[in-house]
Amino acid sequence: MSTAPELDASGTLRWMWRQLTSMRTALLLLLLLGFASVPGSIFPQRSQNPMKVREYFTANPALSQWMDRLRLFDVYSSPWFSAIYLLLFISLIGCVLPRTLEHFKAARAQPPLTPRFLDRMDSFTEVDVNQKLALDLAEKWLRKKRFRIRREENSISAEKGFSRESGNLLFHLSLILILVAVAVGGLFGMKGEAILNVGERFINAPTSYDNLSFGKFQKENTLTPFSLTVKKFKATYNVQTNAPSDYLLNVSTENPVGNKSVDSAIRVNSPLTFGSTKIYLQANGYSPVVTVRDKSGVITFKGPVIFLPQDGNLTSTGAIKLPDMNPQIGFVGSFVPTYSRSSTRGAFSAFPEALDPRLLLSAWSGNLGLDNGEPQSVYRLDTSRMTKLGLKQLKIGESYNFGEGSITFDGYRSWVNLQIVDDPGKMYALVGAILAILGLLLSLFTRQRRIWVKVDGAVTLAGLAKNGLPGLAEEINLLKSELEKGRNA
Amino acid sequence: MTSTNYAYLSNYFIYSSMAVYTIAFFAHAVEVAFSLRNVGEDTKFDFNRTKKSGRIGSAMMILATLLLFAGVIARGLSAHRVPWGNMYEFSITGALAFSAAYLFALWKFKVRWLGLPVVIAVLLTLGTAITILYRPSAPLVPALKSTWLAIHVSAAIVSGGVFLLANCVAATYLYLDNMERKGPRKPWATRLPSLDVLDQLSYRLVAFVFPLWTFAVIAGAIWAESAWGRYWGWDPKETWAFITWVAYAAYLHARVTIGWRGRRAAWLCLFAGSTFLFNYVYVNIWGSGRHTYSGL
Repeated sequence: MSTAPELDASGTLRWMWRQLTSMRTALLLLLLLGFASVPGSIFPQRSQNPMKVREYFTANPALSQWMDRLRLFDVYSSPWFSAIYLLLFISLIGCVLPRTLEHFKAARAQPPLTPRFLDRMDSFTEVDVNQKLALDLAEKWLRKKRFRIRREENSISAEKGFSRESGNLLFHLSLILILVAVAVGGLFGMKGEAILNVGERFINAPTSYDNLSFGKFQKENTLTPFSLTVKKFKATYNVQTNAPSDYLLNVSTENPVGNKSVDSAIRVNSPLTFGSTKIYLQANGYSPVVTVRDKSGVITFKGPVIFLPQDGNLTSTGAIKLPDMNPQIGFVGSFVPTYSRSSTRGAFSAFPEALDPRLLLSAWSGNLGLDNGEPQSVYRLDTSRMTKLGLKQLKIGESYNFGEGSITFDGYRSWVNLQIVDDPGKMYALVGAILAILGLLLSLFTRQRRIWVKVDGAVTLAGLAKNGLPGLAEEINLLKSELEKGRNA
Repeated sequence: MTSTNYAYLSNYFIYSSMAVYTIAFFAHAVEVAFSLRNVGEDTKFDFNRTKKSGRIGSAMMILATLLLFAGVIARGLSAHRVPWGNMYEFSITGALAFSAAYLFALWKFKVRWLGLPVVIAVLLTLGTAITILYRPSAPLVPALKSTWLAIHVSAAIVSGGVFLLANCVAATYLYLDNMERKGPRKPWATRLPSLDVLDQLSYRLVAFVFPLWTFAVIAGAIWAESAWGRYWGWDPKETWAFITWVAYAAYLHARVTIGWRGRRAAWLCLFAGSTFLFNYVYVNIWGSGRHTYSGL
C-alpha cells in the first residue's frame, strides 16, 4: 500500500473486495482453514465426546477455563473457525461468479484472430501444399477433431480444450453447493438419540429422546410420526479376539402411529429410513433386571436398569435409585456378562456375551440428593450424603437382604442406542461432491490449446498450449501430414 | 483351503517378497556403488558399467511386487473379505500400492534412479508391519462390513502411495538443488534427472492422484453417512484427510494459478505429504475417534 491514493468510503470497500476475492487471499484462507481445523483433532470436542471434555476440565481446571474461552472444545462451531470459512466462501463466490460470466461470453465469442507473426508461436512449421486447398483441408481436419474454428480470408484460428475452464468453474461452483448443503443440513435438520431396552416402544416425539437437537429453522412438530418397538437384538462376537462380528436389531414399526405394523431389521451399515429421517444402530449394552422390596416385602421397584459399558467385554456400571423408600436407598452396580476374577482387577468380564452374568452391588442409604433440583446423572450415585450398608455379588435368581429391604437379580435385557437423524441437505452435498469430481477431472486432464493456419505466400502452421502442457507438437505434425496427404490426392 | 491355510500362505508370500526386495536392494546398491570409476584425479560414476545390475534390480522389484500382491490377496481370502481391516493389512497394501506406483512411474517416466530409495521404504514398511503391527487374520467388526470398505480404502491407499512417491521426488529435488547451489553435481548424482524434470514429475504425480484422493474422501463421507448417521463429523481422521486435501489443493493452485515452481513448490509438496503420513501414523495408533481400526 505504498502509494495508495486517498480513498473515499466506496473506494475503500471496492479495494477490500478486490483484496478479498484475489487468488492469493483465497489461497491463504484455504491454508488457514486447514491450520484452524488442527486443534479440533488434538483437544476433545463437545460435539463428539462431551465426557472427555469434562475429564479434561477436571484434570486441568484453570487451563481449560481459558481454552474454553477460546472455544477450543467447540472448534468447528467457534466464531474464528466460522469467520475463516465464511470469508473463504465469499472469496470463492467473488472469484468464481465473474469468471463464470466471462467464460459464458468467451464460449459464445469466436476464437481470437490469428496472430500476425506465427513464427513467434510454438511448433512453427511450413507445409508444402497447394495454397488454395490448404485452408479447406485444414478446416475439415480441425472440425473433425472438434476444434472451434474462426476462418478468415487467409487464415484459420482454431481452439480446443474449452472444457478445461468449464471443469475448473464446475469444480468451484460445486464446492459452493456443498457449503450451502452443509448450511441447509445445519439449519433445517434434527439429530437425536434414544436408549431402548429390548421390548420397549419408542414414539417419535421430543419427550421420547435422551437428547435431541434441532436446526435453527426446524420446528419440533415436524418430526416424522412413527413408532418403533424393539423386538430382538442379537450381537455375535468372535471367540478368539472377543471383537464383535455382527449386530442385528429386529424392530417393528408403525408409520404413522396406528398404521399396520411392519417388521424390519437394522444393522450397523444399513439404517432404517422414513422419508428423509434415518434410524441408526449406534451402541448397545446390558440392563440388569431387578426387583426391590421394602422391609414388609412390598415391591417398590421392578424392571430393567440401563448400565453403561466400560470396556470391550461390556463390563457395565450404573446406578439404581429408589427415592420413594424411607430412608432413600441407592445402589452402585456393576454388571459382568461373563464373570471372571483376578487379584488385581477384582471381578471383570472375560467375554462380551452374557455367558455367566453377575451383578455386583453396593447398597447405600440416606439422601440421594435428587430434591435440590440439580441435574444428576442416572448412571451415577452421589454418595456424599449416604452411608454404606454393604456389598453383594448376585447370580441370576439370587437376592440380597440389605437391612432396609431386599433386591433380587431377575435377569438381564439388552439395550440399544438409536440415533435418529434428519439431514435435508445431504442430497445436495452428494450432488455437489459428484459434480466436483467431474469438474476436477475435466480441468486437470483437458489440454487447452490453439492452432493457427496461415496462407501468406507459404502455408504455415503454429500453436500455443496453455500452461505449456505437452502434446501440441504431435498434433501439429498430424495436421501437417494430413495436409501433405491432401496434396498427393 | 481353510482360512488358516490362507493366512499361512499369505505370510509365506510376504516373507518371500521381503527376501526378493532385499535382492533388489542389493542389486540397486551394487548399481550405484560399482559404477565408480577413477579417471585421472576425478571420480566418475558410469552407470553403463552397472546397467545389468540395475536391470536385475528392476526385475526383482517386479517379482517382489507380484509376491506381495499374492500375499495381500491370500490375506483377504483367509478372512473372506478385502484385506483392509487393521493396520498390518493397511501397511502391506500400502507397500504394495507404493511399489506398484514406482513400477508404473518406471515404465512411464524411466525413473530407475528412484529404485534404491523406494526399495528401502518398502522394506522398512513391511518390516514394521510384520514385526510390530502383525495381527492374526480375523473377521471384520460390524462397522467395517460394507462395500464401501473396498472402495474407500483402496482409493485412499493408492492415493497415499502416489503422494509418498511425489514426496520422494520433491525431496530429491530439494537435495539436488542444494547440491547444485554449491557447485556442480557430485558424480553419483549426475545420473539423476535435471531439476526441471523432477519439478514437473512431482507436480504431475500430484495432479494425477488429487481427484482420486478427493474421491476417497467423498466415498468415506458416503460410507460414514450410512454407518454413523452423518457424512461429516470432524472425527480426527476426517479432519486430517481434509487438511491433506486442503494442502494439496493449495499446492495445485500455487503451481497453476500463481506459478510457483522449484523450491517453494517442493516444500509445499513435502508439507502436504507429511499431513498424510501424520494422519496414517498418529491418528491410527495414538488418536481417538471412530477410525481406530489399527488393532493395536
